[in-house]
Amino acid sequence: MNISYSKHTLANGLDVLIHEDRACPIVSVNIWYHVGSKNEVPGRTGFAHFFEHLMFEGSEHHDKGYFPPLQGAGALLNGSTNADRTNYWEVVPTNAFELALWMESDRMGHLLPALTAAKFQNQRDVVLNERRQSYENRPYGLAPMAMLAAIYPPDHPYHWPTIGQIADLHAARVEEVREFFATYYHPANASIAIAGDVDTDDALAQVRRYFEGIAPGPAVTPVRPADPQLVGETRLLIEDRVELPRLYLAWVTRAMFADDDAELDLAADILANGKTSRLYKRLVYEMRAATDVSAAQNSREAGGFLQLAATAAPGHTLAELDRVILEEVARLAADGPTEDEIERGRVQAEAQFMYRLQTVGGFGGKSDQLNAYNMFLKDPGYFNRDLTRYTAVTATSLRDAVRRYLSNSNRIALSIVPKGKTVFALAGSVPSLVS
Amino acid sequence: MKAPMTVDRSRLPVPGKTPPFHFPAIERSTLSSGLRVWSVRHTSIPVATVMLLVRRGSADDPPGKEGLAAITADMLDEGTGALSSIEIHEKLARIGAQLDSDIGPDATLFTITVLSRFLQPAVSLLADIVVRPTLREEDFARVRQLRLHRLMQLKDMPGAVADRAFMRLLYGQQPYGHTPLGNEASLTAITVDDVRAFHAANVRPGDATLVVTGDCLHAEVEALAASFFDGWTAGTGTPLPVVGELPTPPRLNVIPRSGAPQSELRIGHVGVARNTPDYHALVAANMVLGGQFVSRINLNLREEKGFTYGARTSFDFRRLPGPFSLQVSVQTAATVEAIHESMHEIAAIRDARPVSVDELSLGVAALTRGYARNFETAEQLARAATQLALYDLPDNYFDEFVLRVEAVTVDDVTRVAQQYLSPDRITTLIVGDYSAVSRGLLTLKLGVPSMLAADTF
Repeated sequence: MNISYSKHTLANGLDVLIHEDRACPIVSVNIWYHVGSKNEVPGRTGFAHFFEHLMFEGSEHHDKGYFPPLQGAGALLNGSTNADRTNYWEVVPTNAFELALWMESDRMGHLLPALTAAKFQNQRDVVLNERRQSYENRPYGLAPMAMLAAIYPPDHPYHWPTIGQIADLHAARVEEVREFFATYYHPANASIAIAGDVDTDDALAQVRRYFEGIAPGPAVTPVRPADPQLVGETRLLIEDRVELPRLYLAWVTRAMFADDDAELDLAADILANGKTSRLYKRLVYEMRAATDVSAAQNSREAGGFLQLAATAAPGHTLAELDRVILEEVARLAADGPTEDEIERGRVQAEAQFMYRLQTVGGFGGKSDQLNAYNMFLKDPGYFNRDLTRYTAVTATSLRDAVRRYLSNSNRIALSIVPKGKTVFALAGSVPSLVS
Repeated sequence: MKAPMTVDRSRLPVPGKTPPFHFPAIERSTLSSGLRVWSVRHTSIPVATVMLLVRRGSADDPPGKEGLAAITADMLDEGTGALSSIEIHEKLARIGAQLDSDIGPDATLFTITVLSRFLQPAVSLLADIVVRPTLREEDFARVRQLRLHRLMQLKDMPGAVADRAFMRLLYGQQPYGHTPLGNEASLTAITVDDVRAFHAANVRPGDATLVVTGDCLHAEVEALAASFFDGWTAGTGTPLPVVGELPTPPRLNVIPRSGAPQSELRIGHVGVARNTPDYHALVAANMVLGGQFVSRINLNLREEKGFTYGARTSFDFRRLPGPFSLQVSVQTAATVEAIHESMHEIAAIRDARPVSVDELSLGVAALTRGYARNFETAEQLARAATQLALYDLPDNYFDEFVLRVEAVTVDDVTRVAQQYLSPDRITTLIVGDYSAVSRGLLTLKLGVPSMLAADTF
């Protein structure tokens, strides 16, 4: 399953990836900037994401808000920030392709003249509300940041959440936007993917026309932190506005695309994702001790961790869940997966790959995927090799990865318990300090 | 034509004309059981979607048994023939598929998407699940327990609390007065015999539609349906639930959530049914009011005031009149002002500040110019086809949508805003920190707030 594409690097360093798919009269314009919250420093967290908001507030030659002309042309558009990258995309009808290039290039080349203190204040308020809505006012909402803070030491760039610390967001100054923009938002730190109803030569000519005149900025120093070394088990607790206690466990594993990343991804599925998983079968189906279980190999550009979570049913303790989880991890490490589990993992990997190729745009569509492979591997055509990482997993390689990374007591255990019910937490847990 | 080499940044490129949109042909047949079998060719990628629409949903829950339609749908994949729940899901996993069961007020929709080469086992499994579930007592006990635990957890989710309470405020004990999950008392009252009876009476071919989209011929789809749905005995069509008198809820309602950093708000009233002749004008009106990022309410509450991460309004068009509502989560200190502004916007679009030509053309363009992207994948096409089946819409509905929305005028929008938005009967619900917001509430002139508890719905 290969998708055809062409790659060109403009003189200013901008990577241009073009994929033709004439099935539907739409074009995806998708830009990645190689900057995320891991480029931030303690005391200034949340800035990359906050900046993403400012990218929608107008640029020098269209200082009226980014949405109206594009929505008026029938576009769907969005952006997102994570620890490693920031992306922006429009899916436009074919006849508005040039408009999307005009808009994206204007904000890449000419954002700052349109930036005002009023916009800055307004979007800071919006981001603080995003934080309240998505984390602070949501059950178990502080768990992700508590886990990151525990897994990574304070000076590690994955220590803080992408949304940022409240105090840092308040401390952000409008002058910092200028510096951030100059450092990270330029062609040499970006990659643009065009997918859809275009002719490759025409599309490239248009991209050149709109982007070639934008000056490259300074090279960005890659952020390459060392993997954290967990020593023994750290037990933490948070008292939250929840009815049922939930346990989160994490082990330090591998980065995205590294050896064993695919093995650990499939191991997470075998352990705790879906009704066929071992922990669902035992904890939810047979023992009825948990209401839900889940797991993910959270692999990022500069490191990864595998996280398991399980919510206790009334009358059951987190210690009980912990014991069963450790038994199942140990069993997988000892005996490996069954052939049936491996076969299902392979078919599901193939299916998931194909499902992602159904759309030219949006989060996870073909243009997003081309940019991901290009940014992290310098190889936009990595599709087949990526799938091969999964189809090549064997019972032995998966078992060995579980042995290497999960079968040890160097882990984080976070108990989230109803307020006043610290007795439900794993014994010896100390309060997490995130807020 | 060769593009000029320089970029004119003094004005935006103007997109050309939008080509007309054509929904692909739907091929149809009806099995002797009454099951309607529809297929749509989609060949761009070897992926197929199988959907089964049954026009029964949570509005068909008997009084006192709220949640029955949903728990019945949830029970179907708990066993069929000799297969247990786990074994069913292992079979699905072996073809790279998941079963999604989506229970709404009007209908239940089962979806399986697979690689094309697995179409046959997908149809076979779906048929076994829907037509021949074992519905065992022990599985029922476990599934019900999980749903009761889910209810417990929802008490802490402000958005879920607001949704549940708001439906009850607007509809009381009428068919739309509860969410599909039901409530603690009703779930406790439901027995496995209720589930068996509901399945036998309501999950019937006479009001079901099987839609398959993918790289397959209709004859092939029909043969698969005839083979695997064989033995599904006929049932009658669905009468719409009867709606009695709707309540007159208090204007202002509060569910306290002490210390909450935001207030979750619902503002609205009972709206209009899907079959309204004013559907397209209402869709256009909603775009201007609160249906997109650049809508009046989002620009006001988010982009001007910074009170929220986002605000939106919707007319929930259902087979019977569904709710019109504004949904937003605002910082606690801005609660009163956000309600005031929202009420003001809803009233203003009726008279004080009617929709302008520019606003309407932006809303219409946003709905129509990119319309084709709504039909890119097999799953999108299948879902669109089920909308035709659910609401008895004609085959040319999608082809006509663009023309009909483009024909909406500012006068149409003002008329439907006046007709279907009623500021004087709007009900407001706050899920938030009452002690922090209570002082300003009287300035809204919505009366004394009615205090509700989070777990009474």
